[in-house]
Order: sequence, then structure tokens, then C-alpha cells
Amino acid sequence: MALKTEPIVVNIGPQHPSTHGVFRMRVTFDGEVIVDLEPCLGYLHRGIEKLAETRTYTQNIPLTDRLDYLASMTNNLAYVLAVEKLAGVAVPERAEHLRVIMAELMRISSHLMAVGAFLNDCGAFMTPFLYMFREREKILDLFEMVCGQRLTYNYMRIGGVSHDIPDEFLPALRRFIAEMPGFIDEYDQLLASNEILLARAKGVGILPAKLAINTSASGPVLRASGVKWDIRQADPYSVYDRFDFGIPTGEVGDVYDRYWVRIQEMRQSVRILSQAVEQLPSGEVCASMPCLLRPPVGEAYGHIEGPKGELGFYLVSDNSIAPYRFHIRAPTLINLTALRDMTVGWKLADAIIIFGSIDICLAEVDR
Amino acid sequence: MLVVIILAFFLAMVMGFIYIERRGVGRFQVRLGPNRAGPQGILQPVADTIKLLVKEDIVPAKGDKWVHWLAPVITLIPVMMIFAVVPIHDGVGLIPDLDTGILYVIAISSLAVVGIFMAGWASNNKYSLIGAMRAVAQMVSYEIPLVLSIMGVILITGSLSMNQIVQAQSVPFILLQPLGFLIYFLSASAELNRTPFDLLEAESEIVAGYHTEYSGMKFALFYLAEYGHALAMSAIAATLFLGGWLGPGLPSFLWFVIKVLFIFFIIFWIRSTLPRLRVDQLMGFAWKCLFPLALINLFITGAEVIIWEALPWWLVIVNLFIATVLLVLWSKLFRSGREKIAV
Repeated sequence: MALKTEPIVVNIGPQHPSTHGVFRMRVTFDGEVIVDLEPCLGYLHRGIEKLAETRTYTQNIPLTDRLDYLASMTNNLAYVLAVEKLAGVAVPERAEHLRVIMAELMRISSHLMAVGAFLNDCGAFMTPFLYMFREREKILDLFEMVCGQRLTYNYMRIGGVSHDIPDEFLPALRRFIAEMPGFIDEYDQLLASNEILLARAKGVGILPAKLAINTSASGPVLRASGVKWDIRQADPYSVYDRFDFGIPTGEVGDVYDRYWVRIQEMRQSVRILSQAVEQLPSGEVCASMPCLLRPPVGEAYGHIEGPKGELGFYLVSDNSIAPYRFHIRAPTLINLTALRDMTVGWKLADAIIIFGSIDICLAEVDR
Repeated sequence: MLVVIILAFFLAMVMGFIYIERRGVGRFQVRLGPNRAGPQGILQPVADTIKLLVKEDIVPAKGDKWVHWLAPVITLIPVMMIFAVVPIHDGVGLIPDLDTGILYVIAISSLAVVGIFMAGWASNNKYSLIGAMRAVAQMVSYEIPLVLSIMGVILITGSLSMNQIVQAQSVPFILLQPLGFLIYFLSASAELNRTPFDLLEAESEIVAGYHTEYSGMKFALFYLAEYGHALAMSAIAATLFLGGWLGPGLPSFLWFVIKVLFIFFIIFWIRSTLPRLRVDQLMGFAWKCLFPLALINLFITGAEVIIWEALPWWLVIVNLFIATVLLVLWSKLFRSGREKIAV
């Protein structure tokens, strides 16, 4: 005799230890197996896009800090690139190099958080998370030296950066570059050879390359599926065309590949950092700009390879002091669209790590 | 009088466990751990207890009030009852000579799952219910390898009494039964819901599992039961495999405490290192890995006991060798489930 069973609907979130903020998944379970999943967004909507239309171009830079607060520097960078494209501003060499240094440090920091939080979702009781924090702390110290802030930097300016680096910055950065590969090896050795982690992550939550492209996924999520697409090389911005670095890609696009791609990208970022420090020219750090920027009528799209994917700002100018339209292409929101396809058929525990492996930041998803 | 001493010992050890674990895990996680209350934070468990005592006791509106109230009690009492048969100091315990000592321990400790399931059901919370479902599946499965691993010790001793088992250990049974100890240890950590088997309170998945809806003193009882269970399992491991109170030099009581703490240290060392298993992998591990290994171990031990009247010393090496071979073999053969389920 077959027992009568019925599926249960569980609201995972908006208050839940592993939804990385206020994300809500409406999940239908058959026992422990997921039959349906529906992401519910909007709990952290602050109307940043509309707000930006009422503020001047310079005033919008701190707003971008509040998008993905784990990667404020890269948000700044994407925005100022869009404005510079719109207004046709030339940026001094030294500033371009400083931007690359900051962006790569930010990428390492963001990936550390992503990997740490992912392992936390796997149930590793905070330990890997806190080890990642130990390294992230050093990056935050570097940022504090440069701009006095540890979370929302507001460092990039239209036409350059706000301050030149202090004297103690470069020695500290060199020390960091020398130490970091050793730490990455340490993590990798501890985690990638862990049988439990492999059993949990290998083959779970596969995102096929075709689906990844169709959902417009980007960043490590796309590259883990085996698509070699990195805006730093596909459409080089700043001075990225002068550096030699590889683009790690995964093979199957499972949770493990996403983890692996992030670890490898940290290594590549360290490579870029050491080259940028070598090549760092002297000179101005900011082009001279008018007090109130009035870009000519037109539109521009500036995009960069952020830690979480393609971060783009689309700006429309009507020759006033504020943008007429300010649109953000948030990579994490778009990466999230594949969540249902990745999770259905897996178990509750898998859904949590698949979600964790996308690496989202709710402040950016809802904005 | 003895009851009071044993209960005081139990509570003091649990307090000590909580402190040691929080400080120890702090060191594992490159942080300090609690160090504000008292010298080196030694009063932290006291502060925690006071905080929990004065907290509001919340019962879910649609929950089953009586079952909700009864569940923590039913979870805690069996744990405390285990200590009746554990000899703490030189054969002194409440009833350490009980003829059915080990049988009693197994029977009592499997009662805890009832309390956990009651808690999950009475809370009227889906996370709690999922946690409770997992709890029943997990604890019932791991009970079997746990019992089978103890059987080896019983075969060698020929007695179920805890005192006689300790006295029989001129060589600690961990050397004669390396595989048995390993199986016991793994099943015990699964019974204790410790990482990597902490599925029923998996924080990142089901918030706090069966005790999501518990607060105040009732939560404190669950907390006490969890650590009490850890203490009980460590105490039994120390008694059965590490020679209980036996040891040179120091007083027997101290030897016992040292051995218990050693086992507990390994438990939370693992806890702060490994990620969690998935539910099907967990069940697969119990039935495909631990269960056959425990049966083989039982068979080999039985054969050895029949062949030799008094076990020769070189059997230690032979058993270690057999254990290694079996473990290597199983790690090659055993593959945990990774398949997607078609919906």
C-alpha cells in the first residue's frame, strides 16, 4: 500500500542564516527533494536608480558603494568608467594603474568572502569563513591606508582617483602579494582534497554552458560552465590590455567548479597585482575636472568584470548636472535567474550550497 | 549521597565542556573565544545559564503545548540516567556492577530520539519537522553500527558489566579493537549530532532544526542534554576502549576525566574542521560503510576469541593491520550518492 504523501512548501528566508541577506526562496519539497523553487526578491529595494537621477554625477559615486558592499571599489570603477565614456574624459596613467590595483584587491577580497560563505553553507561551522576573514582583513587595511574607509570606499573619481597612495602602501602591498599565493595554496590543500566537500560539491547544481549563456550569466558562474568570457580580455578597459593573466574556466559547471574558478582567479589577480606594482608610473592621479560635470547629450554603457560578474552602468545624459537615466546591470541578479534550473531535483542541503555558489549580494540584487 | 555526587559531577563536567569547547573552537577559528566573564572567561557558562534562565519562554501559538513542554525533559533525563552505570573512580559509581550495564546504556541512550522528535512535532514549524525527520532516520540508523562495535568488546570480556570491562583491560581495548573504536566513535558523533553529522540542527539549512522554536530554560535543557550526551558518549568510549579509570600515577578519578576530555577534544576538533554531509550520504555512510565494517569486525573478533583462550599480544598488530586494510578497501569501494533525482 502506498502511503499518501504531500509536498510541503517552505519559505527559506527572508530571515534565514544562509540566504546571504534578505533573499527569500519559496521552495516546494517532496520529502527532502526540491520539486519547485521560486526566488522572491525586493526586500532590500532602496530605489538607488531613481535616487541617482536626482544627484550630480560626482554625488552618485558613494551611491554605487552601497550596491555590492563587498566590492565597493569595482562598483566605483564601473560607474566612473561609464561617466568618463559619456563625457570623454582622459584619465592619467598612474590613476589607471591604481584603479587596476584596487579592483584586483577587491576581487580577491570578494572571492575570499564568497568561498568562505560557501563553505559555511556547506556546514563547516565558521572555521573556513574566519580564516578567509583573516586574509580579507589585510586587504581592508590596505584600503584603509588609501582612502580611510574599510567598507564603502568612495575612492574613484571621475577622471582618476581621490588620493594618491601613501608611502607605506606599496611595501605593504608587496608583502601581501608575496604572502597571498601561500595562503591560497593552504586553503586549496585543506579544502579541495576534503572528501566530504568533494562529495557535496562535485556534480551538484550543474549549469550547462548553453543555459548559462542563455540566462546571460557572467563572471565565475559563467566561466565555471566552461565559457571563456572575461571582459578584462574580451573588451579591455582601463589598462588591463597591458597585463598578462589567464582566465580559469571550469569543465562541467557544478558547484565545485565555481569554487575552483574563484580560487584560481585569486591567483590570477595576484599576478596582475604584481605586474601593476612593477609598472606603476608616477604623475597625476586625477585629471582636472569642472566642479559640476555636464556631459554632452548622449548615452554610454560602461562595464567591467566585477568579482561577481559583468557589472555595467548605463547612463543617459540630457546635458544637465544629473543623469537622465541611471541603470545598473547587476551581475548577481542575472546570475540568480538560473537558480531554479540548477536546484530542482536536488535536496535541501544542495539548494543551499548551489545558492551559496552563485555568490550574490542582496544589496546589489534588489538595489 | 552518591547520586548527588554523580549529578554534581555531571553538571560540572558539562559546564567545563561548554567552556572548553567554546575556547577551543575559538582557537581553531583564529579568534580568542569568550574571555570576558571571570578570569580567562571561566564564568562564561554561568553567565550563559543565567541569561537563559531569565529569558522569556515562548510556545508557538499553534504548537502542542504539553508535548512542547515535555520534549526537553524527555531528552535530558535518559542522558543523565546513563551515568548510573559509569564507574568514575576505581570501580565506584552508582551501580557500576550492573549485570546488564552496556545493554542498559544502549537502551537508555536510544530514548533521546523520542524527545527530539516530540520537539520537532510540537513546534509546528517546518524547519523543526524536517530536523525531527532527519533525527529519527539518522539516530535509528547509527544505533546499529554503534551497538555492533561495542559487541567486540563484550566478546573479549565476556561480560556486560562496566566494572568488569574496565578490569579486563590490561591492554586498553582501543589497541585490540581499533576498528571497533573507530566505528563506535563515528556512530557516537552521529548520535550526538556533531559535525559532520549535525544534520538535524544544520544551521545553514534548517536554522536550528528541532529546537528552532525553543527559548529560555527549555532551550537550556536541550543544550544541557546535547553536551550531557557528548559527555556520556565520551565517558563510555573512555570506559570501553581506553581503560576507564585505570592508569599509572595519578588518582583514578583524574585519569577518567583526562580520558573523557581527550575524546571530547577530538569531537570538537572534527566539528570545527569538517563540512557537513548531505542526508543521503549520511544514511549511505551508516548502511554501506559502517554497518558491514562493524559486522566484519564482530566476525573477526568472534573468531579470535574462539581460537585463543587468552589473546596473544601480537594480535594488536594483526588487528591494526586488518583495520587499515578494511578502511582502505572501503574508501575505494564506497561511493556516496551524488545523483540528481528526476522530478
